Amino acid sequence: MLIFEHSHPGRAANAQLPPQDGALDDLPAELLRDAPPALPECSELDVVRHYTRLSQKNFSIDTQFYPLGSCTMKYNPRACNSLAMLPQFLARHPHAPAETGQGFLQSMYELQEILKDVTGMAGVSLAPMAGAQGEFAGIAMIRAYHDARGDTARNEILVPNAAHGTNPATAVMCGYTVREIPTDREGNVDLEALKAAVGPQTAGLMLTNPSTLGVFEKTIQTIQKLVHDAGGLLYYDGANLNAILGYVRPGDMGFDVIHMNLHKTFSTPHGGGGPGAGPVGVAERLLPFLPVPVVINDNGVYRNAAEADLPQSIGRMSANGGNAGVLLRAYIYARMLGAEGMHRVAEFATLNANYLMARLRDAGFELAYPTRRASHEFIVTLKKVKDETGVSAMDFAKRLLDYGFHAPTTYFPLLVPECLLIEPSETESKETLDAFIEACIRIKEEAYADADLVKGAPYTQPVRRLDDVKAARELDLAYRG
Amino acid sequence: MSIPADLKYTKSHEWVKAEADGTVTVGITHHAQDLLGDMVFVENPAVGRKLAKGEECAVVESVKAASDVYAPIAGEVVAANDEVESSPEKINQDAYDAWMFRISPANPADVDALLDAAAYEAHVASEAH
Repeated sequence: MLIFEHSHPGRAANAQLPPQDGALDDLPAELLRDAPPALPECSELDVVRHYTRLSQKNFSIDTQFYPLGSCTMKYNPRACNSLAMLPQFLARHPHAPAETGQGFLQSMYELQEILKDVTGMAGVSLAPMAGAQGEFAGIAMIRAYHDARGDTARNEILVPNAAHGTNPATAVMCGYTVREIPTDREGNVDLEALKAAVGPQTAGLMLTNPSTLGVFEKTIQTIQKLVHDAGGLLYYDGANLNAILGYVRPGDMGFDVIHMNLHKTFSTPHGGGGPGAGPVGVAERLLPFLPVPVVINDNGVYRNAAEADLPQSIGRMSANGGNAGVLLRAYIYARMLGAEGMHRVAEFATLNANYLMARLRDAGFELAYPTRRASHEFIVTLKKVKDETGVSAMDFAKRLLDYGFHAPTTYFPLLVPECLLIEPSETESKETLDAFIEACIRIKEEAYADADLVKGAPYTQPVRRLDDVKAARELDLAYRG
Repeated sequence: MSIPADLKYTKSHEWVKAEADGTVTVGITHHAQDLLGDMVFVENPAVGRKLAKGEECAVVESVKAASDVYAPIAGEVVAANDEVESSPEKINQDAYDAWMFRISPANPADVDALLDAAAYEAHVASEAH
């Protein structure tokens, strides 16, 4: 039920209306509405109950284990939130003079420095407002670099089919043709196919490492040499940075440009469509092209560098330097962890994933890449279960909800049939992991004993199984009263 | 698995039928629709578009994934089946009846070089995990 459906003419909650100081009667008449807006009219209690009920229907990291592969659904420490909500940060106007916002600007400058250090890049811009915008900025910089050298015939971006799903879309948005590189049986980039594909038309290669198959690209040194020798640049998709944080740096692997998803690796609130933050990092040769604004340190005075400071910049990607509140939370998270803590993030993310993988394997679940060590995530394929019982990965995922767990990512990556991509993250306890394993074992038993039980799930949620085919075919997107 | 013996196939899971009038009809295989699941959207190439062999020329989208359809041979699009665009589920119901588009081949002999039913079946088996 929507808040509008609770509306009753004349009902109101006035107790907390702010005082009406300051007359608004000098507004030009042509800017005034003809009629009041159609706002819901509800009592305070109606509103409190409505939103409390909605929040109770949420499946969230604050209520349940959420092992959504490739998404890094980790706990968002409350300290990050409370410190970012300090009135000195909240009340700061983004257009206030730099000298009155030195604390905030210094925080952003230091976040840039921390991200540079942990990724091994020469420069960072916090301007992109989300991972997708960070990707766009990254490929736009690759284009700007080639263009600045007069090297304009390069029209292809190579994308391994185990890359993050947004990569081909980004390359096309930037005007490139995508050439897909296949994966070998072990889950690595197929080097022979890559050798055949690189050439004078190659603008760059986009790689996610560890890949969406949950394995580290062991041949990254060979890959980077092949691409660089052909004159192309290397793009690192930071989707899976959590697995290697503080251990391996994309800059040291030879990447020229990287985007980071702070809402994944740096634990800012995640989901619901944002707000995200997708800073980009670059190697030395791409520094002139960074998107603005970038915070610079002029002899101890911090300020936003803009177009005049970076004349070759690909442009302004946000008015005031990214999503300030999100960036602050990431900064505080990084400062709380320190360099030592970042190591531990990768250690425990990887340990948790490998523990889950080993226990599930021992319980008879089939791994997609049984010979590989998991990075921070791994893939189970339920193809055999589907063939023998008719219970699909989607049925399995829905049944997990009844056991109190959010489903892992299903049917991604596309390379593996009936797959679950499972990422526990470092913030879960062994007890939680064990409970998840027990639930998986019981659901598999249910599949063989009573397949219809699993196919009918979920039974305990606010809504039963949704008809996603009907929803996709008959789109109904807007409330019409 | 349903792989009619009178059709030709590609490794990217299109089926191809040589028509009596010299055109070739293209769709996606039963195996392809089985992997994708319930279809929710189909976009065919425009009639008159010239295609290179292997060019991405159509899109099929299911609840699981969006997937490109590739031109099995070079040629010009001479017809597109509006019915599968308005009712994508027809591909799930009968993948070999729900054709997508027809090509007038640049070189009619190209069809012969495609996989026959036995070779396609072997290809599907080799892709199975």
